[in-house]
Amino acid sequence: MADTTQQTAASDTPPAAGAAGPATGSAAGKDERIREMSSMRKALIRPELGAICGTILVFMFFIGIASDSGMFSAEGIVNWGTVSAQFAIIAVGACLLMIAGEFDLSVGSMIGFSGIIIALMSVHLGFPIWFAILTAFALALCIGALNGYLVIKTGLPSFIVTLAFLYILRGLTIFIAIATTRKTIIGGIRDITEGDPIAWVFGGKVFSGLFVWLADLGVVGKFVAGPKAGLPVVEGIPMLMIWAAILIVFGHILLTRTRFGNWIFASGGDAQAARYVGVPVNRVKILMFMFSAFCATIFATCQVMEFGSAAADRGLLKEFEAIISVVIGGALLTGGYGSVIGAALGALIFGVVQQGLFFAGVESSLFRVFLGVILLLAVILNTYIRRMITGER
Amino acid sequence: MSTSLIELVDIEKHFGPVIALNGVSVSVNPGECHCLLGDNGAGKSTFIKTMSGVHKPTKGKILIEGKEIAFDSPRDAMTAGIATVYQDLAMIPLMSVTRNFWMGREPQKSFGPFKFFDFAHANEVTMSEMAKMGIHLRSPDQAVGTLSGGERQTVAIARAVHFGAKVLILDEPTSALGVRQTSNVLATIDKVRKNGIGVIFITHNVRHAMAVGDRFTVLNRGKTLGTALKGEIKAEELQDLMAGGQELAQLEGSLGGTI
Repeated sequence: MADTTQQTAASDTPPAAGAAGPATGSAAGKDERIREMSSMRKALIRPELGAICGTILVFMFFIGIASDSGMFSAEGIVNWGTVSAQFAIIAVGACLLMIAGEFDLSVGSMIGFSGIIIALMSVHLGFPIWFAILTAFALALCIGALNGYLVIKTGLPSFIVTLAFLYILRGLTIFIAIATTRKTIIGGIRDITEGDPIAWVFGGKVFSGLFVWLADLGVVGKFVAGPKAGLPVVEGIPMLMIWAAILIVFGHILLTRTRFGNWIFASGGDAQAARYVGVPVNRVKILMFMFSAFCATIFATCQVMEFGSAAADRGLLKEFEAIISVVIGGALLTGGYGSVIGAALGALIFGVVQQGLFFAGVESSLFRVFLGVILLLAVILNTYIRRMITGER
Repeated sequence: MSTSLIELVDIEKHFGPVIALNGVSVSVNPGECHCLLGDNGAGKSTFIKTMSGVHKPTKGKILIEGKEIAFDSPRDAMTAGIATVYQDLAMIPLMSVTRNFWMGREPQKSFGPFKFFDFAHANEVTMSEMAKMGIHLRSPDQAVGTLSGGERQTVAIARAVHFGAKVLILDEPTSALGVRQTSNVLATIDKVRKNGIGVIFITHNVRHAMAVGDRFTVLNRGKTLGTALKGEIKAEELQDLMAGGQELAQLEGSLGGTI
């Protein structure tokens, strides 16, 4: 054969190169090295970057147009802070689940379902409120696990499975509410939460002493008239915000600092590759579905405690708002990449804009326009970032 | 000869009416690179999966250091020291080198009642293991997606070696690589072999096999056609065996002997 000599010559080179030791090794390493990356490019491939820029822009914008509207007074901050915290609570659950490679479209229906369960158990059936809350959490975790189990067992996209549950849960919620009370709104919860051991964990306000002190200092305004005259306009930090903070910190540490966090990334990045090295992908995914349901139930419980009532139509479209927050926060819809901090910033942008437009007196329908535009921008940016990381062109 | 690290005797694997493997025998000794050659459809993939515990053989024996063993799962094979590096499923591109390197075996550090991923230790080990293989990472946080195909294979090999693999099964590690990257992977195989690890190198490229192989086994239509030691066989003979001889000879004639 004509090329025999060529073959032998070529085939002799590699072991020789290997045998030549570290010198050749490093030379090879140098030759194979990746192009030097500018520090800007490096900063760009942090998942949170887009959300950080977005947050700064949004704040600059509203400080510009609405600073004299009371948006940045203590009362205003609590107002948009609460709305942002609501988004953040469900966004953390959606974020970890999305990084694990799955979606949960049943979050909104789960919120309605959990709320009605709490109200039915406590108001209608007369159980103590703490028992009602625990039951709601237990049921939600079971449904989350069922979502996950079905996705894993059938191999269907979670989009379809949880879309089914979006309808199943919403329908069941309305049916149960009407079948038992002939109403879709169940009130009267505030009267029975007095003195309950855990109701305040969801509906209470903390650091009220601090606000009395701040009001005395004149930092926070006081009511000048009415039954609350003399009390600060901000009663305290709502527990909703505390929950949001706890979940964000928990989610962030879990994702970036623990073994389980690595498994979440691996499950979403490439489930098969993860399985080959022994990552319990199924367990990770099912647990994340349960966590998503857990977050939805925290949202529902806080809302029920705040309003003193539950309604079967609560939480409509919340699943999309959670997913939008997560995507603005830099997570990839395909999984394997994202950040809880980013998702929290996404929720903050969401809350600030929604309430800010109200403070600024802008027509609120524009909020949706804004939402669509920012979602599109975020997805385009994320796709670009992913191309940079994986080196695709 | 010393006891083989792993020996597979007369392995048969049937999938319903399809006989994927029909009597394959391969063994590998410490510090040896055993090349398994075969054309597409020869049963290479099925055989790898049998060795790595994904499939159970229909017939035949698997001996680990002389003792017969049956693998129930890939995990069993890994525990027995058999590590498989798959061509495409080795790494997750969006994750950092450290995260990939330790995936499934993350080192932990306790902090009160909580356990955290010990990144300081993990990064240090990753950097030094990669340096041993001749790859100098700029940072262990670098995403695997930024590495070349050859470097990815090397990370996977370094990972397997670090976690105590005695037998390393490489599934066509060079098939998608360019010339220089191929050389690097072959050099890595050579280093690994010098550490006393047995390497089973699956390929259909005779040149790559000749470069590092100590023994060659040709697989055709689910059977071992024979095993030869280095120096006993020429590249073109291997090529002919792999393709089933005659047809290739004719083809080669028409292509002017360029394959």
